[in-house]
This record gives sequence, structure tokens and C-alpha cells, in this order.
Amino acid sequence: MSQEPQTAADPDARSGRSPAPTLHVDALLDDPATRIVVCCGSGGVGKTTTAAALALRAAERGRKVVVLTIDPAKRLAQSMGIDSLDNVPRRVKGTEDRREEAPGESAEPGELHAMMLDMKRTFDEVVETHADPERAAQILANPFYQTVSGGFAGTQEYMAMEKLGQLRAKDEWDLIVVDTPPSRNALDFLDAPKRLGSFLDSKLIRVLTAPAKLGGRAGMAFLNVGMSMMTGTLGKLLGGQLLKDAQTFVSAMDTTFGGFRTRADATFKLLQAPGTAFLVVAAPERDALREAAYFVERLAAEKMPLVGLVLNRVHGSGATRLSAERALAAAENLAEPGIVDQADGNADVRNSPETDGSSDSGPEDAAADPDRPVDELTAGLLRLHAERMRLLAREQRTRDRFISHHPEVAIVEVPALPGDVHDLTGLRDIGDRLAAGHTELS
Amino acid sequence: MSRLQVVSGKGGTGKTTVAAALALALAGEGKRTLLVEVEGRQGIAQLFGTEALPYEERKIATAPGGGEVYALAIDAEQALLDYLQMFYKLGSAGRALRKLGAIDFATTIAPGLRDVLLTGKACEAVRRKDKKGEFLYDHVVMDAPPTGRITRFLNVNDEMAGLAKIGPIHTQAQAVMRVLKSPETAVHLVTLLEEMPVQETADGIAELRAAGLPVGRVIVNMVRPEVLDAAELDLVRTVPHTAVARALSSAGLGGGQRGGHAERLVDPLLAQAAEYAERHTLEQEQRAVLGELDLPVDQLPLLAEDMDLTGLYELALELRKQGLS
Repeated sequence: MSQEPQTAADPDARSGRSPAPTLHVDALLDDPATRIVVCCGSGGVGKTTTAAALALRAAERGRKVVVLTIDPAKRLAQSMGIDSLDNVPRRVKGTEDRREEAPGESAEPGELHAMMLDMKRTFDEVVETHADPERAAQILANPFYQTVSGGFAGTQEYMAMEKLGQLRAKDEWDLIVVDTPPSRNALDFLDAPKRLGSFLDSKLIRVLTAPAKLGGRAGMAFLNVGMSMMTGTLGKLLGGQLLKDAQTFVSAMDTTFGGFRTRADATFKLLQAPGTAFLVVAAPERDALREAAYFVERLAAEKMPLVGLVLNRVHGSGATRLSAERALAAAENLAEPGIVDQADGNADVRNSPETDGSSDSGPEDAAADPDRPVDELTAGLLRLHAERMRLLAREQRTRDRFISHHPEVAIVEVPALPGDVHDLTGLRDIGDRLAAGHTELS
Repeated sequence: MSRLQVVSGKGGTGKTTVAAALALALAGEGKRTLLVEVEGRQGIAQLFGTEALPYEERKIATAPGGGEVYALAIDAEQALLDYLQMFYKLGSAGRALRKLGAIDFATTIAPGLRDVLLTGKACEAVRRKDKKGEFLYDHVVMDAPPTGRITRFLNVNDEMAGLAKIGPIHTQAQAVMRVLKSPETAVHLVTLLEEMPVQETADGIAELRAAGLPVGRVIVNMVRPEVLDAAELDLVRTVPHTAVARALSSAGLGGGQRGGHAERLVDPLLAQAAEYAERHTLEQEQRAVLGELDLPVDQLPLLAEDMDLTGLYELALELRKQGLS
């Protein structure tokens, strides 16, 4: 499958690319109606960096922004001053005012605040806010609570959404950018609150928490038999103490919160609201784009407003006119000095190869030829280029496959960087690339 | 070689691919391995190009050398119903539990029960014997949750044993923990030569060690080929533009004079080399970090094409060469 796309030889047209609408990042960030941007995608595609770069860009364009990151790289967190775990947004220092028009008198420069989610702390806060001190203490001490809040499957997702709800309710920021947890399943952050909500509202819970009520009704007698058998089974299975802890936990939570479902539903509605924009983040790799396609479909099914796909780490080349095959053939020419003389008339620009290159190409000869190291390096450059062109072709195929299935999704491509992003300068650079909206030739 | 091989890694590092390649590598002559998936993502089915795996052990590949690879996607709900059936002979009551949401409760909300069931099922496969009293599977390879959650996932039985102080769950949790903390188990972490995955690997190893879980190897995935050596990387910085133009021209790529075809290639090619050099330096830094972990480090090459069965076989052979099987 090393076949080159036809257009590789045509540097300007790039006509082999399927048309996909371009995602205009600045238009999205500048629109005052945009209140929440959710970055979702599979793990390892640069979600956190994208969220931080978008937030910084929006702030420097004049908005008051808070970014909620889930698990940022240590150095990135440090550079934003959010490596401490106090679970409240911190003003990020070192932002610049990069508004395009001269700010009017009333217009204040933007601000960037950032925080890193502390899942356990968020859960504790929920309890402390909604329960009286005595009950809160009781819940916090419950072993069941301690294990759940410490981060079993779903809790992180739930708390990320809870925190989003809290930030939105504060109304201190006009834009909230959220990173989503690296989930087991891509949309756990949507499903977990619902699951938790519907479970806590379920028949089972009513049984666990108030068996007496059911038992009192004659018509329910038959049901009650089933129930006691069931709680008995659960008790046997989990151990009586655990069941009792669970019952205490659930009843304390339930009565205190007036129902998790209400909260989960509110979060869900917030995500469906017109001011919310979902960005799916992916890399031009098969698995990441497959996951992205799944996101696109799920978001549509849940009526969540998707605004587009951020395709990170797209490779480019300044020499696309030189195909992988030609580059490799030329590299071979250089690697075998005897063949060099067959190249078209360049005798005027380099020593005649017949005199010093066509003899045995032993190492001592190579060392004697002052051009050898350059030839070998050039051969290396050409092999590197061939590798790059193959990567480009593969990325393009993967991307085109996605577009053919989802032609309606607007895309912005972000060129690959050789290293990681650690500071605001790096984030600003990513922001510029996001806004440029197409692959810069590097 | 430990009989339970747990493969974890940061998202995007290719842990499912590595787990599958490892299962193939371990299935030597006449051997049988079981590849288990615990996160319900059907990654194994996608990798092997088969339809979604049911909750059932199924042969999915013949390894180079004739061994067999079976696969199983463990479903927590189904595992719980099995478990209830096994211990309590619950027929319709099981269904009733499901209707009430109890199964959902138990597998999603009850702290760690889900993870207990998943690890429990894997350990059961490790210990299972055939009629002749021999182990049914020579090795079980688990495509485990990512590095950030692996210690909690494997250690959940300890927590569970602490929470449920008596009863069958308690007993089960303890039995599972005995396997997981023994030399019968090895936990491998897959990483890339990039800062975040390497950092997460180092953190993950520290956590695993602190929990008393047996750390196996570090597997560096998607290692790019070395195209330019150290001397060439030095030369890239100093080589005269015109010399490269001449070399390109002599290789048949057009005119080397200013504005000629070959000459116009020089800048982009040198820019690509500079990117390569920068990445190379970063990779060397990450190698140094991995070197400090005091663990065997294996390397798997970045393959030119999207991962498929051919690529898996290639990686499996590579793992065998490096002595992982």
C-alpha cells in the first residue's frame, strides 16, 4: 500500500482531499453566545492541550475564560499555575491582550482561569454544600462513600460534569472550556451521571432504603417476598456489613440531595443547551478517528451540539512534489557512488564522479571523497522524506475515510509538533495553528 | 514466565495491540493462550478483524509456530450472573435482580465489584485445568485498563476484601488477590517515547510497586526507525545548502543551481531533518528516564501500515526475538 495518491505530485491543488467544511475556531470562541466548549475524544490525542490552547486563545481575544482540565501533563499544569490540588480556578498569569481591534473604553481585557479536577474533593464539596454538618460528616465517614468518591469507574466522569455545572452556576466566566476524562468508553462522561442518577432513583434503592413502606401495603405482599429474598441475596453476596453501609450511604445521599437524577438531568440539559459546543478531538490515526466517528454519532443521537472535529498532529511537508518512490530511488543513487555519474548534466557543479566515485566504494575511498558525508546525509534526508510522504498518504487515507462517512462535520487540522507543549507560548502557538484552519507547510 | 500477563499503558500507546501481539508470541508450539478484554470496547475484535466477541472463549488466531490464541471479552454483568448462578443457583431470581437494576447497581456503582468480577474471571481462567489436570491455558494475557487506573483496578480485591468483611465476595476477593500478587502475574506497561506516557509509566510503576503488585517489563511501542545517525545529525546543522543541492542534483532530482528543482528541495528536506533531530533528542531524554526504572525494556517498531493481522504477527515475532515469550 505504498502507492502514492495522485495528487502528491501536485503541490497546489491538493485536489485529492475530499472537501470538508472548515471549522472556524475564532468565530466560535469570539461568539458571546458560546458559553461552554467541551473537548472530547479518545485518550492520547491531545485533548487537554487543545482545551488549554482554546481557552488561552479565547482569553487573549477578550473573553473571561475558565478551563477545567482533568489530567494535564505536570509541566503544563505548572506553567499554568494549577499544579496545586485545591480544586478552585486560579488566574493564569502571563496572558497577553491580543484583541484584533483597539479595545473600546468599556471593554476589559480577557482573563484566563484554570483548574485541575480533584475528583474526591469535588464529591466532598457536593456533600458539604447540600447536607447539614452532622449528616455530611456521617456521609464522609461512610466506607462506601470513601470508596466510591475515591474514583471507581464513572466517578471521575460524573464529577467532571458536576464541576462543570458548578462553574456554570457561578456565572463568573463567560466561557467555560472543559476537557473530558480519558474514559473506558468514550462517552462515559455522558452516561455516568445518567446511570448514577437513574440507579439512585430506582426501585432497588427504594427497597434498600425503605422496606417498611412496601411491606405495609397488602397488595405488595407478593412483591415483598421477592424483595426480602433479594436483599437477603445481596446481603449474602456482599456481606451484611457492606449492605448496611450501602443502605446508610444511599439513604443519606438520597434524602440530602433531593435526588441525584435531578442533578444528572440538569447537567445533561446544560450540555444540550444552545450555548454549548462540542469539539471532538482526534489524531489522523485509524483508531482515534473510529472513536471520533462514534462520538459524532452519539452526540447527534443525544442532541448534543457538535461544532466540529479538531484533527491534531497532522503531518505536512514542504516538498510534497517529491514522491516517496522518487526520493528512495534518488537516495539509492547517492548510496552507490558508481551510479551517480548517470545523473543528468551536473558536471559543472560537482567534481566528475568518474574520477573519485566510481572506483570500489570501500570505506577508505568514501573517507577520501570529501563529498561522501554530504551524499550520505542527503541520502538520509531523502529516506526521511520518503517516510514522511508515506505517513502523509496514510493520514490522508484515514482522514478521507472519516470525511466520506461524515461529510457534514467541520474540520480543523493542527500540524504535528516535534515535542510536547509546556508553556503558554506553546499553547499560543497551538491556538494560532487551530485558528489558521489548515495544515501549514512546514 | 508468569502465567497471567497484564498489559496496561496510557491511552493511545497501543496497549491492545501489544497485548494481542504478546498473546500470539506466547502461543508457541502446541501452546494455548487466552487474550482477555475487560473494558467492553471490542478492541480485540477490531484488531483481528472479527465480529464482536461474545462472552465466550473463542479461538481467534493460530500463532506462528502453531500455537492457538483464544479471546474473551469479559462482561461484568454476565460475569455476575454466572457467579450468582454458580453459588446460589439463581435462575429467575437473577433475572429479577436485573429487572430491579440490582445487576446494574452491582456492576457499575458498587465500589469495585465490577473490577472484582473482571479480575476474578481472568484469574479463574489462569487456574482452570482440563480433565488431565493440566492448565487449560498456558498463558492468559489481559488487555487491562490504562496506566492511570491499573493499580486501583488490580488492587480492588484488597479494597473489596476490606469492605466486605465476610461472605463469598470477601473470600473470592482474597483468592484473586493471592494470584495477582504472586509471581504468577506480571504487569507490563506500554509506552511511547514521549514525555507524558513515559511520566505516566514511571508514576504507574511506583504505584504498582507500592501496592505490592508484580511489575514485569516496559514495552516501548511505535519506535521509529533510525534514519540519521549521530554524525549525520551533527552535519545537518552545518552542511552548506549548496552542497546538499549538488548532491540532490547528482542523484537525478533536477538542477542544483539557485531556483532549480533540486535546490528548492533543500530547505524543506533540512527542515524535516531538524524536526527529526528535535524529536530524536526528546526521545533520548525519555529513554534515559525509562533506563532509571530498573526494569527490562522492550521495543516494538512503528509499522508502516495500519495495524492488521500481518502487523500483529510481525510484532509477535519481534517480542519473541526480544525474549518476552
